[in-house]
Amino acid sequence: MEITLDNISHAYGDTTVLQDVSHTINAQQIVCIVGPSGCGKSTLLRFLGGLEQPDAGRVLQYGDPPEGCLNPLTFVFQDFALLPWRSVSGNISLVLEDHGIRGARAKAIIEDVLLRTKLGDFARALPRQLSGGMKQRVAIARALAVNPAVMLLDEPLSALDSQTRELLMDDLVDLWTRQPFTAVYVTHNLAEAVRLGHQVVVLSRRPGRIREVVTIDKPLAEREFGDRDLEAHQKHLWQLLRDEARAADAELIHD
Amino acid sequence: MTEPKQRTGQPVSFRGGGFAPKPRRWFGAAVFVTLIALAEWGTRSGFISALTLPKPSDVLATFGELYTSGLLFKHLLPSLSRLAVGAALGVSIGVSVGILIGLFSYMRAGLVPLVAAIFPIPKIALLPLFVIWFGIGEGSKYALIAFGTFTPTVVATYGAVDNVDRTLIRMGQSFGLSWWSIVRKIVFPGALPGILSGLRISLAIAIILLVAAEMLGAEYGIGAYILEAGSLYDLERLFVGVVILSLLGVITSGVIALIERRLLDWRA
Repeated sequence: MEITLDNISHAYGDTTVLQDVSHTINAQQIVCIVGPSGCGKSTLLRFLGGLEQPDAGRVLQYGDPPEGCLNPLTFVFQDFALLPWRSVSGNISLVLEDHGIRGARAKAIIEDVLLRTKLGDFARALPRQLSGGMKQRVAIARALAVNPAVMLLDEPLSALDSQTRELLMDDLVDLWTRQPFTAVYVTHNLAEAVRLGHQVVVLSRRPGRIREVVTIDKPLAEREFGDRDLEAHQKHLWQLLRDEARAADAELIHD
Repeated sequence: MTEPKQRTGQPVSFRGGGFAPKPRRWFGAAVFVTLIALAEWGTRSGFISALTLPKPSDVLATFGELYTSGLLFKHLLPSLSRLAVGAALGVSIGVSVGILIGLFSYMRAGLVPLVAAIFPIPKIALLPLFVIWFGIGEGSKYALIAFGTFTPTVVATYGAVDNVDRTLIRMGQSFGLSWWSIVRKIVFPGALPGILSGLRISLAIAIILLVAAEMLGAEYGIGAYILEAGSLYDLERLFVGVVILSLLGVITSGVIALIERRLLDWRA
């Protein structure tokens, strides 16, 4: 399934956050969106997932979601958004129950996604017993359970320490390599962007516009921590962002 | 670097700690026992005159009489059923209305001022009105208790719904959960801690109103028992009634604590 942003503009009150953003997200690719804080990257993601509506422009989807897809556009949130009163498997069954999937069928799906995210032994644990990295793996497992056409990841690793972040990046690359999925990945961390993105969309500071789209051809599985060519890409991105970030930092927050 | 031997170090003074009450299991009971022992000693030694306070041992003896005569349950059972029916009505309607206020703008705009207007009215003052509406029998008693528990429950519930993590609700929406599923599986469990702590207040108010309701036209009931004892200045029996009410309060609070421990074990 392909998804297209068509001339998206949006304002909160008097502050324009996004202006004329157009881009197509290709199937089975990961598109990273980077930009200075407040440039509307998370807002853009919520438009993509239908959680908010833009003032102008449209989000269009082409083609049908794959067979067995329960929730075509599926989010992974920065703060995990796990129900603290449900166990790991309960949190996953939450998103299956509404589709009438219970009992043995649900159990099979839950077991499968927990194995894929290396959580097989933790099905009965409560979220408070898990580390940040494990919580986010549960959230990823929950997203996989509905067999999404497009994964929308909103700074999924930003709440984690840098070591856990490296581990989870490896896990995401593994997941994608075994079964390529389409994803939009919002982050402010350029290392994540060059590691996971087939394309990196650079937004300007508010009002957010697309400044440049960087394509990274190196296959995900061959990318490694500290790769020379990735660092070159990262440096290029930082040069694009640096002045924007500095100017954004000096602005007052309008909320 | 200077030799450490030659300098005298000052220990850093401790200024942390506190602000974190820990369970002290038997201390609550000890406070009760001490107070009662003090009263017993005071009344026996004549330090406290018999008119000021009845002897705790006499109160206990009166309680024993009440129990052996079988009158205890004759008073207690109607009271408990009034409490149960009235509080169940008030709490269930209160929780539902509270959730509606928490979720819908018009409900909130329309009902919050109304609840604020009803809350400070002493419900006892409305008892004659309830008697006219629901009759002198059980109906008016149920209504009084229900009405009294309704308002604090509403306020606690919509406050609790407001405090439910919005990212959880957005998560539910992003997975395409139905409105009813979101309310049932995310909003309600998320608001439950706040609802239960509101319930402690509501049920205490229910016990207060139970006595008020029984003071008007009830043959049996703890309230009727207290009223009768009070009008005769029979302090022993009056205190027996008061102690029963206190015990009722302690028991309901204990039951809520039990429910909290069962339902909210996810809170660590």
